Amino acid sequence: MPEPIKSVISVAVLFSDENIDTDQIIPSREIKNAGRDGLKDGLFANQRYLNIETKEQNPDCPLNDEAAKNSKILIGGENFGCGSSREHAVWALYDYGFRCIIAPSFGEIFYNNCINNGLAPITITPQDMHDLCLLLNEKSGQILSVDIETQSITINQGRKVDFSIPLNDKLRLINGHDLITLTQKFDDEIRSFVKHDKNFRAWAYSSQLANQRDV
Amino acid sequence: MAQTLFDKLWESHRVTQISDEEDLIAIDRVFLHERTGAATLNALVNQNREPFDPSRVFCVVDHIVSNDENRNHDSARSPNGEDFIRSVRKAAKKFKLTLIDSDDPRQGITHVIAPELGLALPGLTIICPDSHTCSLGALGALAWGVGSSAAEHAIATGTLRLRRPRQMRITIDGQLQRPATAKDLALFIIAKFGAKGAKRCAIEFTGPAIERMSLEERLTLCNLAVEFSAFTAIIAPDKEIIDYFSNRPMGPSATTLPQAQSYWASLKSDPGAPYDEEFFIDASDVKPMISWGTSPQHTAPANAKTGDSDYMGVNAGQKIAGTPIDGAFIGSCTNGRLSDLRHAAQYLRGKTIANHVRAICVPGSQKVKAMAEQEGIDQIFKDAGFEWGTAGCALCFYAGGKTFPKGARVISSTNRNFESRQGPGVRTHLASPATVAASAVAGVIVDIASIDS
Repeated sequence: MPEPIKSVISVAVLFSDENIDTDQIIPSREIKNAGRDGLKDGLFANQRYLNIETKEQNPDCPLNDEAAKNSKILIGGENFGCGSSREHAVWALYDYGFRCIIAPSFGEIFYNNCINNGLAPITITPQDMHDLCLLLNEKSGQILSVDIETQSITINQGRKVDFSIPLNDKLRLINGHDLITLTQKFDDEIRSFVKHDKNFRAWAYSSQLANQRDV
Repeated sequence: MAQTLFDKLWESHRVTQISDEEDLIAIDRVFLHERTGAATLNALVNQNREPFDPSRVFCVVDHIVSNDENRNHDSARSPNGEDFIRSVRKAAKKFKLTLIDSDDPRQGITHVIAPELGLALPGLTIICPDSHTCSLGALGALAWGVGSSAAEHAIATGTLRLRRPRQMRITIDGQLQRPATAKDLALFIIAKFGAKGAKRCAIEFTGPAIERMSLEERLTLCNLAVEFSAFTAIIAPDKEIIDYFSNRPMGPSATTLPQAQSYWASLKSDPGAPYDEEFFIDASDVKPMISWGTSPQHTAPANAKTGDSDYMGVNAGQKIAGTPIDGAFIGSCTNGRLSDLRHAAQYLRGKTIANHVRAICVPGSQKVKAMAEQEGIDQIFKDAGFEWGTAGCALCFYAGGKTFPKGARVISSTNRNFESRQGPGVRTHLASPATVAASAVAGVIVDIASIDS
């Protein structure tokens, strides 16, 4: 069940290139077990380390910037999290300590994975993104305050940027809803749908020989 | 009101409307592979949840299974890979799910075997924690990739909560001019629209060029929809498709087949049905394509000039054709089917690959492999110097273990040219199987429009 998240206050890490894919966020080789833990060392591993074996840090990677240590907010470029559906990308970001990703657009599967794990995906306009990056690049260590309830980002207690978010997504983030339990409240509707559907589309329920081999 | 094919599939699966934003959609099939499915199944076990209907869930071992011809039951191609394979096996047994294991003659890449076996059918809703699930839209199914948590939701409830996507129609006129293939068409479209060009869209592909395409070509085209950010792609099933799915080992029973066939025949958009966006492409404009950068949108005709990419070691204005390569790979859910191997074999027959090139072919399924071997295609590949593997995703992505060396330039029939996708520092050029084969022989990237096969 995701932790509820109403607001995040932190310095931000900037990964503003467009099309940062989930292979970049967590290379497949860094997914080492069939669970969802132990992923933070693999986060952005390709650019974070000069040497993958020794884990020697690459000073050019934003994650290794001293001012960004313990950051909870990542700012990404257009189409952030595109590519592979691997939810490990979200688990790795969360495991590292991120609670909010701000970007002009997201890969769709990644976005839904964020919502399902209580990692707030905040979409801002390309113009706001441009202005935000300019402001943050002026000096390091500036604090962003993201308020999901009021749908606004405040920079250093000064400039404000509003954002929109679908109501369902917002409620899920701030309440930490467990979706499966919520959906199970529709069990009567689901069972009555299936009962009707088994006549209407009997063929869809008649997969042959499902458990036989050598067919 | 006139409905699109997408509308028909959506409405026929809508259990209820949850809010203004969301519908609850019934999910007919959940496919799980060991790489992301293991996490899905382990979460269900840990939370003491049971499948809503175990007969809808199918587990496949494909992603990190070994591709050695003499692999054993547990062999993985990456360190700790066995953990994923065994996790899926154990959970499949516990929940009584159908498992298509590494030693099963039906085994192969999920998106390749699902149509072969009739696990995927026109008119079904299908999800899998794998982004290339959109391939199966080629049958006229509503199929899309999700995360592991969403797959848990679908298994536990038989449904998913969904926002209705926007609808885009891409009409493809004309006819592909050989040697251009469905892969080249897909890369052409991605280059045109950009990697985020179809964000939140369900795309319907239609038009004369689509009507002429085989199921395998349609699967290749729809496979790459996610690479320009589509929710999914879909193609109305025609007679050829309906005939194919009337005769699948795990398809509908004989008693329900007539009902299926009449439903499948109704799966097309009504005249005048509205779309949010509409585009037209002429297939005869499509040339053999090759990617030069690190996003599938970085793609150009093989005889054209590249953009700039530090990682790929290419400078703007350089011609792609003629660039020396170190490796070649043929396989994957994009291009690992029999017609792909046949087309590649045309460029390999009686030839050998360049000395400095390591070339690998991994058929997409055991069935594809067996059929290729029956036709002698394996021998053509082997005689040319290709390594010949056993079904799975193989070098479409690197998960640890053996691969090409750092900095190697690899031409590949796969779907992603992301940095380090095929191994740390490996540079991937996406192309059709025929272009990969011809380039392996030449030792440099080849514009196959300029040669005879």
